[in-house]
Amino acid sequence: MDFTSGQFWTSPITYMVFVPVVGALVMLLVPKANETAHKVLALVTSLVTAAIGISILTAFNYDSAGELQGVVDTDWIPFINANWIVGVDGISLPMIALTLLIVPLCVVYSWDHIPSPGNAKAFLILILVLDTGMLGSFVAQDLILFFVFFEVVLLPMYFMIGVWGGENRQYASIKFFLYTLFGSALMIVAFISLYFLSGAETFSMIELPGLAQSITHGWQLVIFGGMLIGFGIKVPMFPVHTWLPDAHTQAPTVGSVILAAVLLKLGTYGFIRIAIPILPEAARSYQWLIGLLAVIGIIYGALCCLAQTDMKRLIAFSSVAHMGYVMLAIATLTTFGINAAIFGMVAHGLITGMLFFVAGSTKERYHTLEIKRLGGLLKQAPRMGWILGLATMASLGLPGLAGFWGEFPAILSAYDPTNADYSTGFFGVSNLVLFRVFMVVAAIGTVFAAGYLLFLFQRVAFGVPSEEFEHEPIPDVNRFEWIAWVPMLVLIVVLGVYPNLIFSVTDSTVAPMMQLAAGG
Amino acid sequence: MDLMLNQFLFLGAILFCIGVYGVLARRNAVMVLMSIELILNSVNINLVAFSTMWGVASGAVFALFVIAVAAAEVGVGLALVLMLYRNMRSIDVDRVDLMKG
Amino acid sequence: MPYLLDKVWILPAIMAGSFLLILFFGKKLLARFGEKATASIGIASIAVCFILSLFIAGQWIQRVNHPPTGADMAAAEEACLGPSEVAAEEMGVEVYAPAEHGEASHGAETEGDHSTEADDGHGTSEPADGEATTSDEHGAAPMATGESAAAATPTAAAAEPAAEEGHEEVIPVCASMTWFESDHIDFEVGTVLDGLSAMMLFTVTMISLLVHLYSLEYLHKDVRFTHYYAFLSLFSASMLFYVLSSNTLQMLVGWELVGVCSFGLIGHWWEQRANTDAALKAFLTNRVGDTGLIIGVVVLFFATGAASFNVFFQNQQALSGELNTTLLLIAALALFWGVTSKSGQFPLHTWLPDAMAGPTPVSALIHAATMVVAGVYLIARMYGVFWGGLEIGDSSIHYVAFIGGFTTIIGGILAFVQQDLKKVLAYSTISQLGYMVMALGVGAWTAGVFHLFTHAFFKACLFLGAGSVSHACHHTFDMREMGGLRKYMPSTHKTFLIATIALAGIFPFAGFWSKDEILAGAANGQGDKAYTLMLVMGLITAFMTAAYMGRAYYKTFRGEYRGHGTPHESPKIITIPLWILAVFATVIGLVNFPGHIIGAVDDAGLAHRFEHYVQPTFAFPTDLEVAPFMYWLAGLSLVLAGFGLAIGIGYFAKGEPLKGMTERNPLARIGYVFLEKKYYLDALYESGIRDTVVMPLARAAYWFNMKVLDGIVNGLGVAARKFGTVLYRYVDQGVVDGAVNGTGLVSEESGQFLRRLQTGKVQQYGALLFGAAVILAAIFVLTNAINA
Repeated sequence: MDFTSGQFWTSPITYMVFVPVVGALVMLLVPKANETAHKVLALVTSLVTAAIGISILTAFNYDSAGELQGVVDTDWIPFINANWIVGVDGISLPMIALTLLIVPLCVVYSWDHIPSPGNAKAFLILILVLDTGMLGSFVAQDLILFFVFFEVVLLPMYFMIGVWGGENRQYASIKFFLYTLFGSALMIVAFISLYFLSGAETFSMIELPGLAQSITHGWQLVIFGGMLIGFGIKVPMFPVHTWLPDAHTQAPTVGSVILAAVLLKLGTYGFIRIAIPILPEAARSYQWLIGLLAVIGIIYGALCCLAQTDMKRLIAFSSVAHMGYVMLAIATLTTFGINAAIFGMVAHGLITGMLFFVAGSTKERYHTLEIKRLGGLLKQAPRMGWILGLATMASLGLPGLAGFWGEFPAILSAYDPTNADYSTGFFGVSNLVLFRVFMVVAAIGTVFAAGYLLFLFQRVAFGVPSEEFEHEPIPDVNRFEWIAWVPMLVLIVVLGVYPNLIFSVTDSTVAPMMQLAAGG
Repeated sequence: MDLMLNQFLFLGAILFCIGVYGVLARRNAVMVLMSIELILNSVNINLVAFSTMWGVASGAVFALFVIAVAAAEVGVGLALVLMLYRNMRSIDVDRVDLMKG
Repeated sequence: MPYLLDKVWILPAIMAGSFLLILFFGKKLLARFGEKATASIGIASIAVCFILSLFIAGQWIQRVNHPPTGADMAAAEEACLGPSEVAAEEMGVEVYAPAEHGEASHGAETEGDHSTEADDGHGTSEPADGEATTSDEHGAAPMATGESAAAATPTAAAAEPAAEEGHEEVIPVCASMTWFESDHIDFEVGTVLDGLSAMMLFTVTMISLLVHLYSLEYLHKDVRFTHYYAFLSLFSASMLFYVLSSNTLQMLVGWELVGVCSFGLIGHWWEQRANTDAALKAFLTNRVGDTGLIIGVVVLFFATGAASFNVFFQNQQALSGELNTTLLLIAALALFWGVTSKSGQFPLHTWLPDAMAGPTPVSALIHAATMVVAGVYLIARMYGVFWGGLEIGDSSIHYVAFIGGFTTIIGGILAFVQQDLKKVLAYSTISQLGYMVMALGVGAWTAGVFHLFTHAFFKACLFLGAGSVSHACHHTFDMREMGGLRKYMPSTHKTFLIATIALAGIFPFAGFWSKDEILAGAANGQGDKAYTLMLVMGLITAFMTAAYMGRAYYKTFRGEYRGHGTPHESPKIITIPLWILAVFATVIGLVNFPGHIIGAVDDAGLAHRFEHYVQPTFAFPTDLEVAPFMYWLAGLSLVLAGFGLAIGIGYFAKGEPLKGMTERNPLARIGYVFLEKKYYLDALYESGIRDTVVMPLARAAYWFNMKVLDGIVNGLGVAARKFGTVLYRYVDQGVVDGAVNGTGLVSEESGQFLRRLQTGKVQQYGALLFGAAVILAAIFVLTNAINA
């Protein structure tokens, strides 16, 4: 198989993206009552997708990871010059791998965890549709194509929260939907502006980086601003993060996991893939603002965590803080920073996904996530307790586990941002000084992270069970949970021990990209 | 010949007016039908007169068509009148106002 | 190539393997074969590590005796400095002296006037000696070395004593592999083996081995026996990883990993809230310090100018005098902030006493002998940075030395008011750690590291002794329920007494030698300035240490037994480790026996062996002065210690003559309460910072989130709906629908009008038809007429 380029029907990328939808269509034909068939079908579909994905990962030429590989470029909507352009490089590869891993695990977890009100058929179909949307977003190399897949993700998630969510699901799902849609609207406007103002009348992400230079600086700022809000909502960045805690808290476990593990990454991925390469000049102007919002997010998210009484909500707010590190790394606009950001995205996906899994299983056993009422998890379900321990340790950035490699390099990169002498809008302080302050603040953020996560672990896992649950039989981790969790736990450790697995892939893509961006 | 044409046209006009009067004023449906015949025939006269004047046969052919159509029309018309009478026991056209808006 | 020295990664790997084995199979083994089976995995692993570390230490001694020269040396040097020049500019790093870099990588010690020798094919083998040798001698030494190496190695061994005056440069053995790459910079993970790390390997593995054995009995039938041994293995692995680190990033990793093991082991009995609180406190306090470490590592990474974390490279750069001194100072202080938490320095020492909530063997291993000295080790390892940043060689007081001295005093004072035996030892540890830090601060590198070494043995002995006591006395550590144990526990008593004397610093026990070196270092100072304040602090502490240890000893072992039941001696598995440690506490001080006392020893090459083998000669300050042994100072400290011990024991032997003074004298009461509350530091952190700043801030942030941000969002939602309602009611229903309805109405009205025309009367229609025809005809005629 020649992977350097291909036709639509012969490219494995096409199949990887659309197999989930095909699986979902097949599932539509199977009667609703036959739940096992649905589960098997969904699992098989996701595994086939993963297998195709793995074939792509193996066919990928890692020696030239810097180039876009497996490119397919065919007409799609000739009327607006939007093409079906897909391709894989070192930036998208880790994200695709993450998606391919998370979705089958979610299906396995759903085996005996279909949230009320049941209906495995619809639930699993939604997961598969999400799969297509996410994979499509990560391979798309055309703005409109990206946008379409970006939106494909939205609807299943909306239904997942709205139908299978907690008590306040109506509010949360609508908030999620409207927030994201608002962002999307600005995003599409930005895309269209690029189309016309660049004078190239193309949506190709491959061509645009060279072409957008002709846009006047003012317009570049406007367009980038649109993308900043659009992607920023998805990240989520302070102060447009408020949909996240609600969505996470209300979403069913699997929904939270996918949301945290993959959906949030669409925002940061958008920055790295679209906003910065196409409009580097504007990115440099916004640099300080992004960095500022990022560190505010770090501290603010951590403080909000400290005030939480609900386990799931605490984990949700921790996402705000962790994505703050990712955004800080992106804001430095250095190769080092972007590498750190991608690592941080994968690490956060695995770790926070894991935390949500544990939270979901805790809720299932105790029927509450009120931290005050929990306790002694280690006594009643020791294995789950230790898994929670590992996940919290990873989340607080313990070296040797994946979280560290997102956090520390981010702090490191903040010491030395590009465009160091640029006088920012922040009282005219230079970028260098500002980012060094950010670095210190981010380092202090790690203390807060340890604070709330250990508080969580202490109250939930340590101690003895409260009277309420003292005599209740709390089963330990079951078969399906093991299958779903072990790969994630192993990866958290493996990536923590040997981070080069990701850094080596991303570096060769990011370095030339940032050089190009810096040169403009 | 010119005078002759005028006279035919006059005749036609007179017949037409009589016919119109009959259609508008008579209450008896049969009389209305007959008045329609008068109108048609006045047209026939005109057609034949112009046809003769230009020395072309098409006018006369038209007149023949009109006579044929008129014959059919009278047939249908009388049948209608007959049905009207059967249903309403009257052939007074004033009383037939079922289509009133 | 020295055998095994470049493969020291095996040690942490063995312990990590042991951890995994215990983690996955420990429970099953325990269930099937009993506790010993599980523990034996850990014990066997650490025993292998211990034997290996002995072997490694021997190898290192060999290497110092026969240092590699020429190409071997250059290769070793290159291995240790790492890939430093790569892509520095791409990172945007200011490279301070790029042109001189190639030369600098041959050794920062290469001063300008020796640059000719640097090119002589043998590389540099230049004396890195602190003694005030003249530059002529400098020139002579490398020549001699080069020749002797070329001729035959035995000659070099014979020339050993002569090298005492000028240490040859011995390059550490380094090995590394790529850990990850970013921005085309290779970040390496590697091992460093030099005297310092070999010493640490020996200390860690030995004490860990003893603790492993001791725990077999101490944690017999414990609820979480497997868990305990798994953590011990993990801790050993992390600690070994840490001491072998070749770069600061790796040190950071090891640093935090030992921290998490400490967290797990302090919270070993996590059913009690107090234990988990202590564990959390330890972890969080260390995290506060870690921010400093992180920042320090980052600043150093960039400040040294070549985007490298390599410790030797950084030290070398820091000593080269070409770096921005302000940055270096910031880096050193930031690193020291990390040390402050890990090694229990003021003001972040408060976690250490609380950490005593963990099992006692753990306290001995982690919170006395090994983990807490990680900070001291950091300073020792990064000495070039501290030396350069704080200008230790050209100062008589600076932050690090002062904090060390201050900590040693406040720790000592607090040890007096403790009723808990372990807490006395904990404060004593804080005080002794302060001693080490102070030693490094005043430039007495060897003294500080030597004290670390000796302290590990006698403090571990004391802790394990305390554990043995508690094992006998119904698991209490309260000295008020002890007393008179001498009669019941002869072995424990004897070993505890030996260790007490060693800690107090009485000749010829271990503590005497190391403490004396520190005091000498402070008295001698660096350059022409003495660290007088630190000397005074050190002497005060020497007195206090003896006094509070005398008190603790008396209250525990002398007098009458005050507890209930009859205490009994602990089994052999506990006493044997105690005896081993006691023997070490007695004799280990002799490894750095100062040769000046007896001239004969000097000739036999037995003097200052510790210094000779441990003190680095590579990437290390060349102008470091090693203080000579001073009789007056040794005598003074000995008198003070003896006096302290006498007071400590005598006060209680006389029946506490001042008892009740705190009730009588308000000033004394205030003082006592102040001490009892541990200087109110905990209160400051908990009520002052956590409860009045952080938590309200957290609540405020959350309030802001819910009320303001979410308020805006919800407000927007509500406003949008309101607007929609208005739009619907007035615009949609009023205007748009109005138009539609209006159309309908108009049609209807016009229909109403028109229907009157439809009478259904054929004749009327006819009339209209004809009328209209007439009108049309008239119009036609008229228009025609006009046109014509």
